[in-house]
Amino acid sequence: MKLHLLPAHSLLALLGRGEVSAEEVVSSFLHRVEEVEGDLNAFITLFSQDSLTQAREVDKLRAKGERVGRLAGVPIAIKDNICVQGKRMTCGSRMLSNFVPPYDATVVRRLKEEGAIIIGKTNMDEFAMGSSNENSFFGPVKNPFDSQRVSGGSSGGSAAAVSAGEAPMALGSDTGGSVRLPASFCGVVGLKPTYGLVSRFGLVAFASSLDQIGVLTRDVEDCALLLEVIAGYDPQDSTSIDQHLPDLVLEMKKGIKGLRVGLPEEYFSPEVDPQVKEAVLRAVNQLTLEGVEVERVNLPHTTSAIATYYIIADAEASSNLARYDGARYGYRAQGTRVLLDMYSRTRNEGFGDEVKRRIMLGTYVLSSGYYDAYYLQAQKARTLIRKDFEEAFCRCDLLVTPTSPTPAFKLGEKMDDPLLMYLSDSFTVPANLAGLPSLSIPCGMTREGLPIGMQIIGPPLGESQILGLASIYEQVASKGRDGL
Amino acid sequence: MDYEPVIGLEVHIQLLTSSKLFCGCSTQFGAPPNSQTCAICLGLPGVLPVVNRRAVEYGMRLALATGCRILPECSFSRKNYFYPDLPKGYQITQYEKPLAKDGGLEICLDGGRKKRVRIERIQLEEDAGKSLHLEEGPTGGETFIDLNRCGIPLLEVVSYPDMRSPEEARIYLETLRQLVQWLEISDGDLEKGSFRCDVNVSLRPRGATKLGTRTEAKNLNSFKGVERTLRFEISRQHALLRSGKGVRQETLQWDARAQAALPARKKEEAYDYRYFPEPDLVHLQIGKKWIEQIRESLPELPSQRRERFMNQYGLRADDVRILVSTRQLADYYEGCLRLYNRPKIVANWIIRELLRELNQRRWGPEEFKVRPSDLVGLFRLIDQGVISERIAKEVFAQMVETGEKPKRIVEERGMVQVQDEREISSAIGEVLREEKENLAKYRAGKIGLFHYFVGQVMKKTRGKANPQLVNRVLKEKLGD
Amino acid sequence: MVNLEKMRVPIEEVEHIARLAKLQLTEQEKERYSVQLGQILEYMEQLSKLNLKDVPPTSHILPLKNVFREDVVKESLPQEEALRNAPQKEGGYFKVPKALG
Repeated sequence: MKLHLLPAHSLLALLGRGEVSAEEVVSSFLHRVEEVEGDLNAFITLFSQDSLTQAREVDKLRAKGERVGRLAGVPIAIKDNICVQGKRMTCGSRMLSNFVPPYDATVVRRLKEEGAIIIGKTNMDEFAMGSSNENSFFGPVKNPFDSQRVSGGSSGGSAAAVSAGEAPMALGSDTGGSVRLPASFCGVVGLKPTYGLVSRFGLVAFASSLDQIGVLTRDVEDCALLLEVIAGYDPQDSTSIDQHLPDLVLEMKKGIKGLRVGLPEEYFSPEVDPQVKEAVLRAVNQLTLEGVEVERVNLPHTTSAIATYYIIADAEASSNLARYDGARYGYRAQGTRVLLDMYSRTRNEGFGDEVKRRIMLGTYVLSSGYYDAYYLQAQKARTLIRKDFEEAFCRCDLLVTPTSPTPAFKLGEKMDDPLLMYLSDSFTVPANLAGLPSLSIPCGMTREGLPIGMQIIGPPLGESQILGLASIYEQVASKGRDGL
Repeated sequence: MDYEPVIGLEVHIQLLTSSKLFCGCSTQFGAPPNSQTCAICLGLPGVLPVVNRRAVEYGMRLALATGCRILPECSFSRKNYFYPDLPKGYQITQYEKPLAKDGGLEICLDGGRKKRVRIERIQLEEDAGKSLHLEEGPTGGETFIDLNRCGIPLLEVVSYPDMRSPEEARIYLETLRQLVQWLEISDGDLEKGSFRCDVNVSLRPRGATKLGTRTEAKNLNSFKGVERTLRFEISRQHALLRSGKGVRQETLQWDARAQAALPARKKEEAYDYRYFPEPDLVHLQIGKKWIEQIRESLPELPSQRRERFMNQYGLRADDVRILVSTRQLADYYEGCLRLYNRPKIVANWIIRELLRELNQRRWGPEEFKVRPSDLVGLFRLIDQGVISERIAKEVFAQMVETGEKPKRIVEERGMVQVQDEREISSAIGEVLREEKENLAKYRAGKIGLFHYFVGQVMKKTRGKANPQLVNRVLKEKLGD
Repeated sequence: MVNLEKMRVPIEEVEHIARLAKLQLTEQEKERYSVQLGQILEYMEQLSKLNLKDVPPTSHILPLKNVFREDVVKESLPQEEALRNAPQKEGGYFKVPKALG
C-alpha cells in the first residue's frame, strides 16, 4: 500500500482501525520526500526526527486507548511564512534565513492540539510575493508534472508537496491567489477561506487586508476536514469573525440540486487558453447533469482588479515589510557604521528583486502627492469590485471560473516582465479584494499533461456550499475517469 | 514692527493602564531593559494588535473632561518611518478619524485672568521604545535599544495655536497635567516621561490674522524646558523677521551645550509618513450609551470644584487654587469638613501647616499618613483648651512624622496645657520678680511690655500654659 | 511601439522613494525600477478611467467594529528570549550602529 498517495481521511481511517501506525505513516511520507525532493525543492526545512518522535507519541496514546485529536498522526506541511515555535521560519527570504519565532501561529496551535504532525516548512516566493515560486531565496519549486515548469506561487512548495505525495495536506497563504494558483498548476485542491474565518495571528503579513491562510489537499473531504480544524474565532486577531461554522464535512454532503451557478463572462475572455476554457466548461456541463442550474453573469470591474490589487497589496506590503531592518532580528549587512547605512544596506541585500520592486511601488503609491491618485482610487475601485460580487450573488449561489488563464508556464518565462507575471493572478485576486471564499479543484489535463484548475467562488462564509459543489464534481469526475 | 508669538502645543500623555495598548505586556516603569516585551510589541513577524479597552475609556474621560466631541466612529492609521525604537517601522496612531475633536481647556493666568485654549483633537497611539546613544566606542558610536516602553498607550492632545506667550504655554501644560492626574488616567510624571510636549511657534505682526511660518521643537519633558525653548525661539524668529530674513519651517531641538534650539534633522533624511488606514484593526464605534457610562464615572472636575469651594465655603480664590491643586488634597479637605464643619479654619490649617510639613519633607500624598479624623481630633483638643494652637503645631509635626493619634502624643509627651490657676500664678510671680526693671517701666506707662511678660510666662511653662488664663491672671496681678 | 521613455519614473524619484523605503539600490537597480515601475504605474492609470467620484473607499472588507481586549497583564517574554534573534546585543539591549551623525 502506498500510504503517501492516500488522502488524510483515508489515513485516519487506517490509523483509527490500527491497520497502520503513525510512525509508519510519517516514515512513508519522509521516504517519499527523500525520493522526490531533489527534483521538486518543495521544502525549506524538514523536521524528520521531530516528526517521527511525535508520531511515536501518538501511537502510544492510541495504544493506551486515550483520546487523540482529529488529525492524530497525520503529517502536514506548513508554508514557511507561518510561525512554528522554536523552528526556523524564513519566508523564503535571505532576510529571515536565521529567524526563529518564539510563538506558534494560532493555526499551528490548533493543528498541534488535534495531533497533526508538522513534517516541515515549505518553499515559497519571498514573503509570498510571486505567482510562480521563482522568487525564493532557496530556489524555485518545480512542477511535479513537468520539472521545466513552475509550480505556481506563492504557496508553490505546499502545492507541490501535496501533489507529489510528500505530505497529504498542507497550509498555504493566499493574498491574491497564492493557494489557488499553485493548486491549479499542481493538480490539487486549494481553498482560500472567507477573509476573517481563519486567524492570521502568526502568519507573516504581506497585505493584511487581503491575506488569508488556506489549505491544500488531495481531495475535497480533506479540504473540509483541515479547514474545520484551523477555522474559528481568535481573540488575538481583531479581524477574526466571531461566528460558528457548520460541520463542513456533513454540510457538504447535502447535495446540490437546484444550486444556481453563475459563469462570469469576463473570466471566459479570448485571452484564456482554449484548453483551459474547454475543461472548465466541460466540468460545468457535467454539473448541470447533476441538477445544477447555470447562468451567465457579469462582473464588469474584473478588468480593474489587477491594478487595484497591486496598489493595495504593495502599499500594505511596503509598511508590513518595514520591520525587517536588521535591528532586532534577521539578516544584518556587515560593516556599517551608521544606522541609516545599516538599514539601507541590510534591506537591499536581504530582500530579493521582486520584494524590492513591490516595496518601491507600495512606497510610491502611498507617498505624498500620489496617495489620492493611486491608493485612494484603488480603495474605491475595491468597493466596485465587491459590489459586482454582491450583485452576482443575488442571482446565483456560486460562481465558477478558470483558476488561471493558463496552465503552468515554463520556468523563467515571465521573470523579465513583472506586469505579465502579475496578470497570471487576474482570476484569483478579485476574491481577495472582496474577501470571498474561493476554491480551486482539478478539472482535467491539457494535452501536454498539465493540470487545469476550476475555481469556485462563494459569498462570504459560503465555504460549505463551495465544498458541496466541489465534492459532487469530484465524484462525477472520478466516475468519468473510471468509465474510460 | 510689533510681533506677537502664536503658540500651539501637542502633548503626549502616557496612560495608566496596567497593560500596553495592543498587547498584554506590563507598563510598569523601571524594569530591566527588554524584560517587558513580547512578540507583539517587539514587532516580530506575524503578530497582530488588539486594542486595550481601558485605554479607549481613558481617552474618553479626557475627551469629556475637556468638552471634546467623541466621534461616533474612529479608526487607526499607520504612520510609517524608520527609527530603532520603532520596531514595526510604523507607529499605530489615529489620523483620519481621531477619538475626539473640538474641545478646550480653561486656564487661569497670573492675576486671575481666565483664558480658554481650544483643543483640536485627542487621539490614541502607541509609544515608542527608548534609544540610548553612545557617542564613543570601537565602531565610533552605538545605539542601545530598550523596547519596554514600546506600545504603552499615549493620548496625543493637540491644541489650537491659541497661546500668546511662553507663560501661557506653561500654564496650559500645568492645567492639562493637573487634569489628567485628577482623572486618574496618567501619573503625569515629567521625569518618567509620562507627559511630553511638542511645541510649535510662529510670529506675526500684532493684529494680523494670518499665521507666520512656524518652527517645531519635539519631546520637551519639563515645563521649564518649554518656556526656555519658546523664549529662545521667539527671540530668534524676531531677529530673523526684523532683519528681513524669513523663518524657515523646521524642527528644532534644545541643545544644552549650545544653550540654543538647533535644527534636529539632517536635510538628506527624507520624511513622508505615508499614513494609511491600519488594516489589522477594525473601526471603533462609540455610542451614546458608552459615552454616558463614562461621563457618569467622571469625578467633579477641578474647575467645578474650585467654583463650588468658593461659593459653598466662602474661601478666597488663592486658597481654593491651592486646595484644588490635586484631587487628593481637595478630597482630604472635604473629608475633614464632614467631621468638623469650619471651612476656613480647616483650609488655613491645611494650607499653612499641612503643606508646609509635606514640603519640608518633600513628601508626596502617598507618604502622608494623617487621616482626616486625626486632624479633626487635633482641632478638638485646641477647642477644648487641652493644648494651645502653638503646641498643636508641634503635635501635628509629630503626627506627620509618626502617624500617631494627637491625643496620644499630647499625653505621652506631657504637652497638656496648664490650666491650674495657682501654677500659672506662681510662674507669673517668678517672672515679675525677675523682671523688676521692666516692671518699673511698665508701671511708668510702657504698657506694651504686657505681651513681653506673657511671653516670658509661656517660656517658663514651656508653652504649656493656657494663654487666656495667663492673660487674665497677669492683668489681675498687675492690678489693671 | 510603446514609448519606454514616457513611462519611466525619473531616476531622482526612484532615489527619493528608495530613501523613504530605506533601500540602497545599485545604479542598475535604479535603472531597472525606473522602467518597470513606470510600466506598472502606467498600467494602473486605468483606474483613473473609472467613475469613482461618489464611491466610498474600502479599507476593511469586514463590517466588524469594536474589537477589544481587556486591560489584563500577560507574561512577557524573558529578556533572553526577547533578544534571542538579535544580530547584536549587550547588557539586555539591542545594539545597532549609531543613530545620529
